Amino acid sequence: MNHPMGRYLLKRLAWTILVILIVTFVTFVIFYVLPSGDPALRFAGKQPTPQILAQVRADLGLDHNVVVQYLLYLKRLVLGDTYGWPGLGYSYSSGAAIAPQLWQRALVTIQLILGGAILWLAIGIPVGVMSAVKARSRFDRISLVTGLVCMSTPVFWLGLLLLWLFWSTLGWLPGTGYVAFTTSPLNWAAHMVLPWITLALLFAAIYARVIRSNMIDTLGADYIRTARAKGLTERRVIGVHALRASLVPVITLLAIDIGTLIGGTVITETVFNLQGLGSWILQGALNQDLPVTLAVTIVVTVVVTLLSLIADIVYAYLDPRVRYK
Amino acid sequence: MSTPLLEIRGLSVRFRTPDGVVCAVDQLSCVVERGQTLGVVGESGSGKSVTFLAALQLLPPGAAEIEGQILLNGENLLTRAPAQMQAVRGARIGMIFQDPMSALHPLMRVGDQIAEIVRTHAGASRAKAHARAVAALRSVGIPNPDTRARQYPHELSGGMRQRVIIAMAIVLEPELIIADEPTTALDTTVEAQILELIDELKVRRGIGVVLVSHSLATISSVADTVIVMYAGRVVEYGTASDIFSDPTHPYTQGLLSSIPTIDHGRGHLVPIPGSPPSLIDLPAGCSFAPRCVARIEMCTTERPTLTARTPTHVDACLVPPSARRITPASVPAGTGDQ
Ligand SMILES: Nc1ncnc2c1ncn2[C@@H]1O[C@H](COP(=O)(O)OP(=O)(O)O)[C@@H](O)[C@H]1O
Ligand SMILES: [Mg+2]
Repeated sequence: MNHPMGRYLLKRLAWTILVILIVTFVTFVIFYVLPSGDPALRFAGKQPTPQILAQVRADLGLDHNVVVQYLLYLKRLVLGDTYGWPGLGYSYSSGAAIAPQLWQRALVTIQLILGGAILWLAIGIPVGVMSAVKARSRFDRISLVTGLVCMSTPVFWLGLLLLWLFWSTLGWLPGTGYVAFTTSPLNWAAHMVLPWITLALLFAAIYARVIRSNMIDTLGADYIRTARAKGLTERRVIGVHALRASLVPVITLLAIDIGTLIGGTVITETVFNLQGLGSWILQGALNQDLPVTLAVTIVVTVVVTLLSLIADIVYAYLDPRVRYK
Repeated sequence: MSTPLLEIRGLSVRFRTPDGVVCAVDQLSCVVERGQTLGVVGESGSGKSVTFLAALQLLPPGAAEIEGQILLNGENLLTRAPAQMQAVRGARIGMIFQDPMSALHPLMRVGDQIAEIVRTHAGASRAKAHARAVAALRSVGIPNPDTRARQYPHELSGGMRQRVIIAMAIVLEPELIIADEPTTALDTTVEAQILELIDELKVRRGIGVVLVSHSLATISSVADTVIVMYAGRVVEYGTASDIFSDPTHPYTQGLLSSIPTIDHGRGHLVPIPGSPPSLIDLPAGCSFAPRCVARIEMCTTERPTLTARTPTHVDACLVPPSARRITPASVPAGTGDQ
């Protein structure tokens, strides 16, 4: 019984480790080898002094040949460096160590995305199910139009609108910025709720459409007719039998969307002044701060790979047929 | 006379579609007695499934207009509210569907799929429901039912899955089983086993069985009475011996002579030429007339009504009995084999 699942997990895990190794190699090539000119100059920021350049060379081991450079790079990543784990060095422009900032910012972004994802699922699933069960009803049509509006609303505009309404006009919510949950749970929620809504609305609309169409397909399946023929309540037929089959494909979608958002919440973070990964990537690019750009790139790709692993595991758990492929 | 287990009286089912009104079932009446099998035969699209889905209120709500009566032990099921109908489905009437590959939920263990019937209808505890599911699996001849109950549908063969579906249909010991083409998707050896199982359940538990099939051959060994449908209407209805030894309707005769039998051999296969009419705007006369070899002038203008040939045997045909085609029984056997 457990054998197929165990074998599947092992295979999937080995594959993930391989992909992460390849990611480190590709990022190394892109950041160290491919661009012409002195790598030290690129890492050193906008105002490189001879001292900084010397430090960059020493930190990154640039005096060695490329193979050794890669191994050193890999070693720093895996084992960490003097600035923390993973070993991503130090921003020569701002003078700040990368790793601690990375963790701090990742925490903010993860809260933003997870909260947003919970919200968009909490809206998208019931709306999608209702639209499918009552396809072409008034509810279905209203939700379709509302969804189209949500999908075509620019994120920055929505964010600013919400801020204007709930902060400046109504004064119901405090302004922008991030307050840690441990400082004040209530204040934390008050600061996060608008970013969550801003992030979630587009996805809620998309997920409602996807779940609606999955659900309509599923409701036409033979096994749903069987469920009804068994005399189950309509609630159970829809809420358990049909919903279960309709949600399984959404797992993969969710993993992809969360993965994409890890580095892609730039606008929401900027509008709401949240110091997350998205705003960091922007700062890194504007300041030509290569260590920052490299760090976010690696984190995003690794997280996407891990999310796809998690999605596959959840999928295999929910759909037993996958384990045998 | 005692009330029959199931009596269908004047059932008509119409669907409104963008192309027009589909008259899927027209004035169908029949009876199923306890401990007997009613075979329902007709080409694909003749309204067999719709008839029994209507009986269980399983047609898509709003799409179908249903007239007539479905009497289960004398009680009209069509007047039951949808929520009350749930108490009948799965508990008093078990349903077996055509394709065992798609009729089971792919993401649920087969034992759970049976147990949830027991939990819903009998309010049994989880453990008790599971025990009954395992017992049901055992009673339909599944070896190692304990292990099988924990497996998923894709781990079972087609024949096994159909047994699981039969176990689902009988777990609450219903009075009636409706099997809609239960063996169409299975190969012949498995088909024989499944038919034998259904027949055995009928005998052992004294339940009524409706066995729907597009082929007379399938039901020949198990049916006690047979209803032959064409384009939503009953064309012939009688006991199995009436239908198989003395078929009177040209359509039934045609169906019988298209069955390959061992003594007739393939050389005698006479498929009925043509295909069934569209159920939208049926022709004015007999629906079968365009394909009928015995057709007379009247057939294209007048609609035949069911007429008794013997007390147990009715058919709907305007052609005088003497002018209808010879029955396969009267074909001299073996002439083509030399
Ligand atoms: N929901 C529906 N809407 C419109 N037409 C339908 C619907 N369900 C069945 N029909 C039509 O009813 C007729 C009888 O179908 P069915 O009972 O499934 O035939 P069969 O004898 O093969 O079981 C077919 O012509 C089919 O197209
Ligand atoms: Mg059918």
